[in-house]
Amino acid sequence: MIRFEDVWLTYRHAAGASAPVAEALRGVSFEIPEGGFRWLTGPSGAGKTSLMKLIYLAEHPTHGRIDLFGTHAARISRHNAALLRRRIGVVYQDFRLLPQLNAYDNVALPMRLARRSEAQIHANVSEILRWVGLEAKLAARPDELSGGEQQRIAIARAVVARPKLLVADEPTGNLDDDQAERLMLLITALNKLGTTVVVATHNLHLVARYPAPRLGLEAGRLVYDG
Amino acid sequence: MMAEGPRRAGDFLGLRAALADRLLPVLVAAMSFLAALALAGTLASAELAAQWQGDAAAALTIQVPQPQATTASGQDTRLDAVLAVLRANPAVADTHQLSQAEMTRLLSPWLGADVTTLGLPLPAVITARWVRPADPAALAQTLRQLSPGTLVQSGAIWAGRVAALTASLQACAAAVLIIVALVAAAVVAVATRAGLAQRRETITIVHGLGALDSDIAGRFAARATLLTFSGAAIGTLLALPVLAWLALLATPFAGPGARHAMFILPAALWLALPALPAAAAAIGWSTTQLTVRRWLKGLP
Ligand SMILES: Nc1ncnc2c1ncn2[C@@H]1O[C@H](COP(=O)(O)OP(=O)(O)O)[C@@H](O)[C@H]1O
Ligand SMILES: [Mg+2]
Repeated sequence: MIRFEDVWLTYRHAAGASAPVAEALRGVSFEIPEGGFRWLTGPSGAGKTSLMKLIYLAEHPTHGRIDLFGTHAARISRHNAALLRRRIGVVYQDFRLLPQLNAYDNVALPMRLARRSEAQIHANVSEILRWVGLEAKLAARPDELSGGEQQRIAIARAVVARPKLLVADEPTGNLDDDQAERLMLLITALNKLGTTVVVATHNLHLVARYPAPRLGLEAGRLVYDG
Repeated sequence: MMAEGPRRAGDFLGLRAALADRLLPVLVAAMSFLAALALAGTLASAELAAQWQGDAAAALTIQVPQPQATTASGQDTRLDAVLAVLRANPAVADTHQLSQAEMTRLLSPWLGADVTTLGLPLPAVITARWVRPADPAALAQTLRQLSPGTLVQSGAIWAGRVAALTASLQACAAAVLIIVALVAAAVVAVATRAGLAQRRETITIVHGLGALDSDIAGRFAARATLLTFSGAAIGTLLALPVLAWLALLATPFAGPGARHAMFILPAALWLALPALPAAAAAIGWSTTQLTVRRWLKGLP
C-alpha cells in the first residue's frame, strides 16, 4: 500500500532565514501493507508531519522513491493525483476546516467532491457526526467550535467517504482521554474494515494502550520499525 | 435548529464570494459602455462610407474630345489611352464608355431625336466611380497629357476625403474595441488573482481533499461569467440613451429617408449590441480559467 525507498525531503527556506535548508527526512525506507496499522512516533520536529505530507501528496520527495496504491508516486498525473487524494482521508494537525462552511458542510465536502447524491451524503454525514458526538453542532461554523470539537469535525471529514487510507496527524492532540478513546475505537473499527491507517502521535500512553507496529522518527531518520 | 441549513450543493466549496462582486461588474459595465459607443462608431462610419461610395457624390465623368485621334506617342487612340489609365487606377471603378444609344438618350432632350445626324463632333463620354480617396486634379492632369482637352468632372472631390475619414474613424473604433477587450481581460485577471489570494486557504484545503483543477477553475469561471455578463449588459443598456441622442443629432444629415432618429442607427448595431455581453462573458470565462489553472500549478 505504502512503500518508501531512501526518501529524502529538504525544505528550502525563504531568503533571510537562519538556515538555508531544513532536511526534514533523511533516507527513510519502510513499507506498510494494505490494511495495516502503524503508529508514527517521534519528538516534535522529528519529521512526522513531513512524512505524512509525502503520503497524502502534499509534498514531493527531494530524493528517493515512494509507491502508493501500487503506483510510483512520481509518475502519477495531476488529474490522477487528485483522484488518489479522494481515497486518502487526512486529519491535519491544524484541522484545516473551511471557515465559511458549517460543520455539516465541512464534513460533506469529500462526498460532494466525489459527486455523491445528497441523500447518501446526508446519511453518511449524520452517522459520522453522531459517532464523534457532534450531531447537535452541525450548523455551527468552525470559529463557533472549541479546538476539540474542530478536531472531531476534521476527523469526521477524513473518514466520511470511507477512505482506503487514513492518515491522522496528532489526532488526539486536543481531545480529552474519553474522546481520544472514542476516536481510537473509530479508527480501529475502520482498520478492521480494511482501511490502512497511519497515526502520528507523541502520546506514548496512547501507543501503549493500543499496541500496534510503530515507525519511530528522530531528526528525520527512521530509528524504529517494528 | 439549524441556523442556515446545509449549503446548496452548487457552492459546496464555499467559493461563491471569492470574486469582487461589486467592483468587477462596475468596471465591466464602464468598458461595455465604451465598447458600445465604439461599435456604434464603427458601424455608423461603415454605413456612411458605403453611402458615399454609392452616391452620386462618388461619380466621375470624363469627356474625351476627338476620341479617335491618336495620342502624342501615336500608338493608341486617345479614347483607348484614357480608358486604359482609368482601368489601371485602383481608386476608380466601374469605368464605362457611354454607347451611341446612351449618348442619344442623354442628349435628345436638348438636341432632338437624332443627335448623330447633326454631324456634331461629339466627345466620347466615360462614366466611373471613385472607390478610394484620390486626387481628381492629378487624374485630370494625367489624362490631359494623353489627350489634350479631356475634361474630368468629379462630383467626388470630397468623397475621397470622406472615405479617408471614415477609414480612420473605423480604425480608431477598432483600436478602442481591442483595447477595451484587453483591459477587460486584465481587470478580470486581477480580480481573479485577488480572489485566489483571499481564498488561498480554502483552495489549498479543497485541493488537498482531491478537488480537480477543473473543479476549482470552474467555480471561479462560472462566477466571473455571471459578473462580466451582467456588468456588460448594464453598460450596454446605459449606452442606448447616448446612442439615441447621437442619432437624433445626426438625423438632419441622414437625408430625407430618415424619419425616425433610431432608424438611422445602422441595422447591424442592433445585432452587435446584444453580442457585447456575450463577448464580455467569453472574456470573463476564458481569462478566469487561464488565471486559476496557472495559479493552481503552484500547488503540489
Ligand atoms: N514548510 C516547511 N518549511 C521549512 N521547514 C519545515 C517546513 N515544515 C517543517 N519544516 C521543518 O522540518 C522539520 C520536521 O518538521 P515536521 O515534519 O513538522 O516535524 P513533526 O511533525 O515531527 O513535528 C522541522 O525541523 C521543521 O522545522
Ligand atoms: Mg507535526
